[in-house]
Amino acid sequence: MKRSLVKSTLLAAAFSMAAVPALSADVIKIGFNIPMTGDIPKVGESSKLSAEMLKEDINGAGGLEVGGKKYMLEFIYEDNEAKAESAVTTALKLIEKDEVLAMIGPNSSKQAVPAGQVADDNETVMISPWSTNPDTTLDRPWVFRAAFLDPFQGPVAVDFAAKRFSAKTAAVLYDLSNDYSKGLAEIFKADFEGKFGEGSVKAFESHGTKDQDFSAQLTTIINAKPDFIFLPDNYNQVALIVKQANQLGWSGPIMGADAWGSSELMELCGDLCKGYYFSTHYAAKGAKGATKEFIDRYTAKYGEVPDDVAALTWDATRIVLKGIQQAGELTGKLSKDREAIRDGLSSITKFDGITGSMSFDEQGDPVKCAVVVKITDEGEFEFTESVCP
Amino acid sequence: MKRYNVQIILAVALAILAYLAQEEIIGKYALSVLMFMGINVILSTSLNLVNGYMGEFSCGHAGFMAVGAYVSSVLGVMLFAKDKVFGPALLDPSLSIWVFPLIVIIGGIAAALAGLLVAIPSFKTRGDYLAIITIAANYIVISVVENIDTIGGARGFMGMKSVVKAMGKTIDMPWMPIWVFIFTILSVWIIRRFISSTFGKGVPAINQDEIAAEIMSVNTNKMKMVAFMLSSGLAGVAGALFAYILGYVNPGSFTILKSTEVLVMVYLGGMGSLSGSVLSAILFTLLLEALRPLQIIKWVVVPFLLILLMQFRPEGIMGNRELPDFFPRLKRFYAFKD
Amino acid sequence: MESLVQNILNALQWGSFYALIALGYTLVYGVLTLINFAHGDVFMVGAYIAFFVSTFLLTTLGLPGWGVLILAIPLTMFFTSLVGVTLERVAYRPLRRKGAHRLYVVITALMAGLILEHANLAILGASRKAFPSLIEEQVYNIGGVVFTNLKLGVIFTAAAVFVLLNFIVTKTKIGMAMRAISYDKFAVPLMGIPIDQIIVFTFILGSSMAGLAGLLFAMSYPVLEPYMGALIGWKAFIAAVVGGIGDIRGAFIGGFLLGAVEIMVVAVFPSTYRDLIAFSVLLIILAVRPTGLFGVARHTKI
Repeated sequence: MKRSLVKSTLLAAAFSMAAVPALSADVIKIGFNIPMTGDIPKVGESSKLSAEMLKEDINGAGGLEVGGKKYMLEFIYEDNEAKAESAVTTALKLIEKDEVLAMIGPNSSKQAVPAGQVADDNETVMISPWSTNPDTTLDRPWVFRAAFLDPFQGPVAVDFAAKRFSAKTAAVLYDLSNDYSKGLAEIFKADFEGKFGEGSVKAFESHGTKDQDFSAQLTTIINAKPDFIFLPDNYNQVALIVKQANQLGWSGPIMGADAWGSSELMELCGDLCKGYYFSTHYAAKGAKGATKEFIDRYTAKYGEVPDDVAALTWDATRIVLKGIQQAGELTGKLSKDREAIRDGLSSITKFDGITGSMSFDEQGDPVKCAVVVKITDEGEFEFTESVCP
Repeated sequence: MKRYNVQIILAVALAILAYLAQEEIIGKYALSVLMFMGINVILSTSLNLVNGYMGEFSCGHAGFMAVGAYVSSVLGVMLFAKDKVFGPALLDPSLSIWVFPLIVIIGGIAAALAGLLVAIPSFKTRGDYLAIITIAANYIVISVVENIDTIGGARGFMGMKSVVKAMGKTIDMPWMPIWVFIFTILSVWIIRRFISSTFGKGVPAINQDEIAAEIMSVNTNKMKMVAFMLSSGLAGVAGALFAYILGYVNPGSFTILKSTEVLVMVYLGGMGSLSGSVLSAILFTLLLEALRPLQIIKWVVVPFLLILLMQFRPEGIMGNRELPDFFPRLKRFYAFKD
Repeated sequence: MESLVQNILNALQWGSFYALIALGYTLVYGVLTLINFAHGDVFMVGAYIAFFVSTFLLTTLGLPGWGVLILAIPLTMFFTSLVGVTLERVAYRPLRRKGAHRLYVVITALMAGLILEHANLAILGASRKAFPSLIEEQVYNIGGVVFTNLKLGVIFTAAAVFVLLNFIVTKTKIGMAMRAISYDKFAVPLMGIPIDQIIVFTFILGSSMAGLAGLLFAMSYPVLEPYMGALIGWKAFIAAVVGGIGDIRGAFIGGFLLGAVEIMVVAVFPSTYRDLIAFSVLLIILAVRPTGLFGVARHTKI
């Protein structure tokens, strides 16, 4: 009995939830589905800081001009706790209750894949800045992303290492529970062994997400005497791994991927990471034009160099805004506007972002160049080479 | 007539829920909160069977949930969807309506079998030592899933949405809320029947005094096995529903953190109180949703509120009593115990 | 051969941290039969306290690294034990007074841990902190086996802490009182033993060890984040139970055993199976020895 009582009160509550205020005319609402607590709070924080800066820019200039009319931006940040189920309810809340025109995030694939389903089912544009899992956008016309996929980044690392370190053998240490890290590691291995023969990846070791000690894996790797170590890991773990590799007597090169690209890397890793290379979206040192301006302003505003999440969120949000502008005009009818935005987004042929210029393929994945950067002795990320698809 | 009151009320509630969901009077957001609430009810009541009634301290509930989620997902996708690994659909999609409940139950059975991993050591090992075995079981399940690449490993497994869509295409109804509702009611009912049956009285007997229970001819080993398997089986059912609601499963959703969330719900409601577990699962889900605007502070405020609650009601919301103990008139409808 | 010796050293260092944290679990459990799930987070707070104390001493007072270390050890232990005692006074004691079931206190501890984590996240932000290096790290290489002075220091400290705690618990009067409380909570106050003071002392011991572990951990793995204590806390709890919870030797051996299992599994088997094999081993140990390695089976009287 009580159960039905509770259910009926809930239903009543649900009714009141459904009665949301009508969309005010001159505001564009964009939702952010980001992890502010849970495993990766820094990702959510970077996203939010970057978006806030963009919002201030545009609102400071009087708003975004769409079809001859200025609209103020309203960004709604929702915490998805780095959980899949929470990302789904967050997405539904943003789409339905907050009536956002488009959604940015979630960032890690664990949340982006189910949230992408929700966005696609409810016909709302979603763009994930950071997710690299092909399933996020696969067969989902409403879902886009700003980061390049692993199948592109893996071979970049292989080719670069073969050229720069004249490497014939490699070792890989990756995060088993992190699909980004695991996917990249596997693609790297397949590509490397395809080029240098079976067994050229001498050690293929894994660890868990929250691990802090890697000495056993590193001992195995160092005993295998590879030409270099490939480390597709998040920067916080990179700092620990590099330090421990050093303590175990490793002095060869280490190469990483775009998850290294954070200002915190140098703070956490110190001198030990200097001289290493990683593939990423843009090079902070020697950046020109809009990229440099973004980095300088972000650094001045928040006292830290923007990481890859911040840069990708900036781009993702700008892509959405451009899509809105391409839509021509906003009618105030949600479903119509959302569709116009999607068509606007797909029609973008070339977008000059701070992480490089890009266009979208039919799956909503960006086609853009990767760069390999070197960590200089000053701790800056210096451009070394650029690889385009 | 009177004895069918509850059934009638529930059937009407289900019909109303289905109608509201179908006509989209109640939004998808509210609906998804309701569905997760139902899943939390299954999880907390089933864990209460072991932690409350039997008095053990199991902290690996999410592991069994994972087993149910994965088994039912793989089965459903194999039967009704085209998949890279499992090939084309084996059965006609229009059959999905009839087979879906079976798939969920098979997920539950698989989870119950995984429950043996804990049930068998529990014959000898008890208390906090058993708690570690449950944690280990949780870790083992996650690790096994991460190592099987055919079901995606850490990348997760998807394709369940097409099964749900196939059901909707055959008969246009909001199937997921309906199934969650039915299975929630079913699992509360099963636990209630089990606990109040003569056979099931052995479970609280073990809690009171295991040796005395043994002397009174309760087969304690069998009792423990049944309780653990029932509990983990229902967790598997919850996991299966969870997987179909999300349309995507990932080992990261079933870690020890999820287990502790369920633990909190059980003790918040009160050990050995079925209606307490139901109530606390509902309250906990609502609280987490209602406090969303607090963002980071939410996870300071929620535990703080719970600690305060513990200070004022050190035995949980209900203690070991049931709702009708507080509101005797409810007994006319449902007693929660005999 | 070298890699075996190397991995034994690795296991000893990693096990030292498990052992130091497990000691905190086991001390509190021994006296109160309370699983203090907040202990992993007290360890995290310890690491942060060590961070703030060391940066303060290094930058504001400009002390040399070794001087900072000498001062930071007692200061960190002191402040961390304050945190532990506060938890006991604010959250656990009122519940104990009310005679709540011990598992409700356990849930309270879980909640307290969550508060510590997220309060940290809310106050300090999501950026991770880099722990300053206090001592010059020397890398020694003897016959292919590589180790640092820090590694040796950690292992040595863990051993010293064990000897000290074992002495306190088995040889001193206060230790005797602690054991007495775990034996019979009702008769002990009648013997004139101040039960609350003993409990506070236990929390001071356990938390200060967590603080010490936090400092050493921050020196060895210098990346601090709010969730760093959660996983290692769970694992240390597992270690304490496998050793036989409530027993100092058990926690110590259990910590090293868990460290050794984790490291050796990676060394011998493919590392993707680490959790699977490591936890299966623990499951088997507990199924064969239902009260852990050192735990005493409590016989129930009929």
